[in-house]
Amino acid sequence: MTPAVVISGLHKRFGDLEVLKGIDAEVQPGEVVCVIGPSGSGKSTLLRCVNLLEVPEEGTVVVNGVELTHRDVDIDAARRSVGMVFQQFNLFPHLTVLENLTIAQRTVLGRGKAAADGVARENLERVGLAEREGSYPAKLSGGQQQRVAIARALSMDPQVMLFDEPTSALDPELVGEVLAVMRSLADDGMTMLVVTHEMQFAREVADKVLFMDGGHVVEQGPAAQVVGDPQHERTKLFLSRVLNPNHLE
Amino acid sequence: MTQPRARMSPRKRKLYVQVAAYAVFVLAVLGLVLFADWGAVGEYFLDLDVAANAFPKIITVALKNTVIYTLSAYVVGFVIGLVVALMRLSSIAVYRAVALVYIEVFRGLPALVVFLIFGFGLPVAFPGLVFPFEQYGTVAVALGLVAAAYMAETFRAGIQAVPKGQMEAARSLGMPYTRAMRSIVVPQALRVVIPPLTNELILLFKDSSLVFVLGVTAFTTELSKFGGDLAATYADSTPLVLAGAMYLVITVPLGYLVRRLEAKQGRAR
Ligand SMILES: Nc1ncnc2c1ncn2[C@@H]1O[C@H](COP(=O)(O)OP(=O)(O)OP(=O)(O)O)[C@@H](O)[C@H]1O
Ligand SMILES: [Mg+2]
Repeated sequence: MTPAVVISGLHKRFGDLEVLKGIDAEVQPGEVVCVIGPSGSGKSTLLRCVNLLEVPEEGTVVVNGVELTHRDVDIDAARRSVGMVFQQFNLFPHLTVLENLTIAQRTVLGRGKAAADGVARENLERVGLAEREGSYPAKLSGGQQQRVAIARALSMDPQVMLFDEPTSALDPELVGEVLAVMRSLADDGMTMLVVTHEMQFAREVADKVLFMDGGHVVEQGPAAQVVGDPQHERTKLFLSRVLNPNHLE
Repeated sequence: MTQPRARMSPRKRKLYVQVAAYAVFVLAVLGLVLFADWGAVGEYFLDLDVAANAFPKIITVALKNTVIYTLSAYVVGFVIGLVVALMRLSSIAVYRAVALVYIEVFRGLPALVVFLIFGFGLPVAFPGLVFPFEQYGTVAVALGLVAAAYMAETFRAGIQAVPKGQMEAARSLGMPYTRAMRSIVVPQALRVVIPPLTNELILLFKDSSLVFVLGVTAFTTELSKFGGDLAATYADSTPLVLAGAMYLVITVPLGYLVRRLEAKQGRAR
């Protein structure tokens, strides 16, 4: 079986700052991979390289056998197979929920209105927001906005979904509803690459966890192993801080 | 803003400034009332017989043409301004350079000079050159080019005010850059720039008075020229007062509209 995502030898720098220092990682179809690590370690940058929001200087990203980093690849076409969910939701505020879900279907995939509306409604149903299709994003809670953002990405029929700290901008009481939607996606067999600080989610849902620090993947393996029984000092230190936020060393 | 060296409290300072401003205003009004020759003022600025002669042409010809010149130039300026703003933000260096030069040139040149070039330079340089709709076309293009430079900067600021995440979300859905701009970023930018663009419309109304340098006929004249010509004929300023009032009839409500829109946007934040 070809892997859903293969990242090899990825390097990314911003000016003098080298943020990714040679990343290798794989995501198998249907797998959920969580990326954890301290702030500034390059997690977002890694994710953004996978759909080329950032262009790496070196290394390759292959999604379903297509090398996105190849210079002959049509970047817009390539991105269609990769859905992305942002920390700040980034819904289009001037469009209704339904229009948020249909605009790319119609302009990019060329779907007709009826077909696009149909797909959109299915996905709104999936995230439990069928009745809000006529609302504008500003009228929704943060949790609802993030669920709409997930439905928007799903409406493009992606083969891989990327999540960049999807619950970090949410009030604590709204985190659960978004994680529940992500869990159900995972159960449905969606391939997911998730940057998160939700260790419980990582432990329970992820097939694999990747710990990043200083632009390297320090440790990776099954969730139970990396989160439950980390081998590297840096992983241990990070986890002890995240799991006991009030603990001062 | 903090002003560490200010010795007065901001509120007290504001009070003093207001008192001073009122004092100046009252003195100015007193001066006018005491020293003006009111008989002459009435005769030369508010002569009803002369005013009667200005109607109806001041509206059916002069005001109408001023509105046509302004609106057509506004449309031209809007379209070119948006295109220049997008070029200014393009990833292609040549586009950026062209846009920058355009903005600097047309923002730096007095509108009068642009009109003179269109009136006297271009016909000599390009003998066969005729604009569609003659005078109207020439004005739309000349004034429109000037307006476009200002509007481009306004559009650019508006586009840059749209959060970066909007473009990224659109691109990550597979939208090409141009489509993302057109469907996602520009519509949001337009909302932000409505108040400043309405201000630009007010400025254009006044700038349309420069049409006179192109030479106008009885049919293509506009408010300022019309008022000026009539004032010269009667050796009386009343037509100018009327023309001025016509401008204000248009610009004051527009100004009110701008304040309303700005207040509304302020609340929406
Ligand atoms: N566009 C950019 N230009 C310059 N520097 C950047 C840019 N994007 C990220 N960086 C820098 O790269 C480093 C890694 O950033 P990144 O956002 O990938 O970290 P992260 O692991 O996602 O952190 P966080 O948990 O805070 O989101 C940081 O030092 C950041 O300041
Ligand atoms: Mg991040």
